Amino acid sequence: MPLLDIRNLTVSFTTRSGAFTAVDGIGLSVDQHEVVAIVGESGSGKSVAMLAIMGLLPWTATISADRMEFDGRDLRSLSAKARRRIVGRDMAMIFQEPMSSLNPCFTVGFQIGEMLKTHSGLDRAARRKRAIELMTQVGIPEPERRLRAFPHQLSGGMSQRVMIAMAISCRPKLLIADEPTTALDVTIQAQILDLLLTLQRDTGVGLVLITHDMGVVAEVATRVIVQYAGRAVETNDTAALFADRHHPYTEALLAALPERANSRRLPAIPGVVPGQFDRPPACVFEPRCGFSFDLCRTYKPTPAGPELGRALCHIPLVLGQPTPPRIDALGAPA
Amino acid sequence: MTLDETAPGPVLEARDLSREYQARRGFFGRPATVKALAGVSLVLRAGETLAVVGESGSGKSTLSRILTMIELPSAGTLLIEGADVSKADAATKKRLRREIQMVFQNPYGSLNPRQTIGAALEEPLIVNTPMRTPERRAAVRAAMERVGLRPEFAARYPHMFSGGQRQRIAIARALMLQPRIVVLDEPVSALDVSIRAQVLNLLADLQDEFHLAYIFVSHDLSVVRHIADRILVIYLGHAVEIGSRDAIFTSPQHPYTRALLSATPVADPTVRKQRVALKGEPPSPINPPSGCVFHPRCPLAFDRCHVDEPPLEMKHGREVACWAVRE
Repeated sequence: MPLLDIRNLTVSFTTRSGAFTAVDGIGLSVDQHEVVAIVGESGSGKSVAMLAIMGLLPWTATISADRMEFDGRDLRSLSAKARRRIVGRDMAMIFQEPMSSLNPCFTVGFQIGEMLKTHSGLDRAARRKRAIELMTQVGIPEPERRLRAFPHQLSGGMSQRVMIAMAISCRPKLLIADEPTTALDVTIQAQILDLLLTLQRDTGVGLVLITHDMGVVAEVATRVIVQYAGRAVETNDTAALFADRHHPYTEALLAALPERANSRRLPAIPGVVPGQFDRPPACVFEPRCGFSFDLCRTYKPTPAGPELGRALCHIPLVLGQPTPPRIDALGAPA
Repeated sequence: MTLDETAPGPVLEARDLSREYQARRGFFGRPATVKALAGVSLVLRAGETLAVVGESGSGKSTLSRILTMIELPSAGTLLIEGADVSKADAATKKRLRREIQMVFQNPYGSLNPRQTIGAALEEPLIVNTPMRTPERRAAVRAAMERVGLRPEFAARYPHMFSGGQRQRIAIARALMLQPRIVVLDEPVSALDVSIRAQVLNLLADLQDEFHLAYIFVSHDLSVVRHIADRILVIYLGHAVEIGSRDAIFTSPQHPYTRALLSATPVADPTVRKQRVALKGEPPSPINPPSGCVFHPRCPLAFDRCHVDEPPLEMKHGREVACWAVRE
């Protein structure tokens, strides 16, 4: 049984201008010792899906799922109090902006200690000892002195290390990292990614990495979920995904990377990600897709088999070429 | 940098640019001197893209502010089209400012939210040219079409546009006065991958069409590799390596350049790289290390690096400032 098992997760928000479905039927399963990357552009719903699992969404959000289990417990039926005992302890999250995720009014020692105080029975002296131990583990030099530091006295990389120390303080089983290195410089990004991978190898924690950077995915993840406009358009093992993309969006996304280009002009994806009001009715990628045809505008695609990366497409690509349509002209499976 | 005699003169030349700031340390503290830029030289020719690569605190934004004449250097000379900026009179300066324009990183912050984009694009023409209203409006429409925006959007406000569209507006605005040099300060780092490719294509097209010279400030090496002709790597205000794109990417010499390249994730899981891990973080420019500024993090540092500052020297077909790099 996987550590985290999510099936058909849908999150919609009540907005002044009507309901908006930010996440539309996403499935995800994460095991211990696994690094799963969720890739997508802004507005693809990758953060919202994880916040829904953590129970951190505001009351305007409506969450529904066929299954939402963590460590054998159903997250949907959990009371707020019971959920709070899990979140932060067994399931922890690291956010994108380390500078704004820490409270500027308290020392980092206090903030790490607060986690331990809430979730463990350690006394004051033991908490301090554990905080120093954690700061050493995440590679913060002079931890005794840094315990008394306020967040503004730390660099971005050090703040992110503090965030990681807080997240791993109660030895979680699952760690969700939401763009943990986006705000950091490349050499610091490399340090933080190495740290996350070392922690993951040493403790066996399941790691979900939300990112928009295909380079990070290639270097870190064992499995990838590509999201577009709230839907999972492709799910595959990292090696398989980079060897052959089955959804036209993934194919176009990789082709648009400057490092994969071999001409001065990049093969850009035309148009923009659809917003709340202009989401296409059937396939969400159809208006920007180079392979779309009439059925793409009428029938919602269903995921293909695992051998085709569960591509959400009527004509999944194989080696860049479309395969025969998976439905007939009336929308019935072919 | 040796100049090819047959090539046209550089549109921009910087010699030993330095910039220092006075920073107050605490309420009673004595002011400290921050050396944001310490003697950077560069040459830029028409139609060429020079990428400036560095991490936060490296002085790349200070450099772009000096090049665009937003700030004056504390020391050093800046020549735009052969004219020395520091010795120029007000009228010359005004003319030179038209020749060099800037596009900023954050398209959400660089446009006035209370100004329609038509007005934003028209403003440089009102200030700098004797054009009449109908001519200006026509120029605005032409510029919007050129960057791929519908001219009827001129009456809209910035919040009605996406990030990619806003960056197109910022680019159009920089080009209103037909400059010869455009300083692009991280122009695509706030954009999504699919949009980033569109904007990079637009920049390439505009460069070909108007024979523009670009200074492309970025920390993203995969973008730099795609767009740059030459690359300047700076660290803590010092130029550590400058050379052609091929020289820098195929055989980086300075240990910092190597570390940067090896730290950049590559979107290909079959590539297993030997990572040059850097210890620690960049030191503060208030109290820079002695000798070579990179020595506290350098894997190759030896005794001389702690004492003597290495000069930029021609080695292996590019200029590099490192004692450990042999001829």
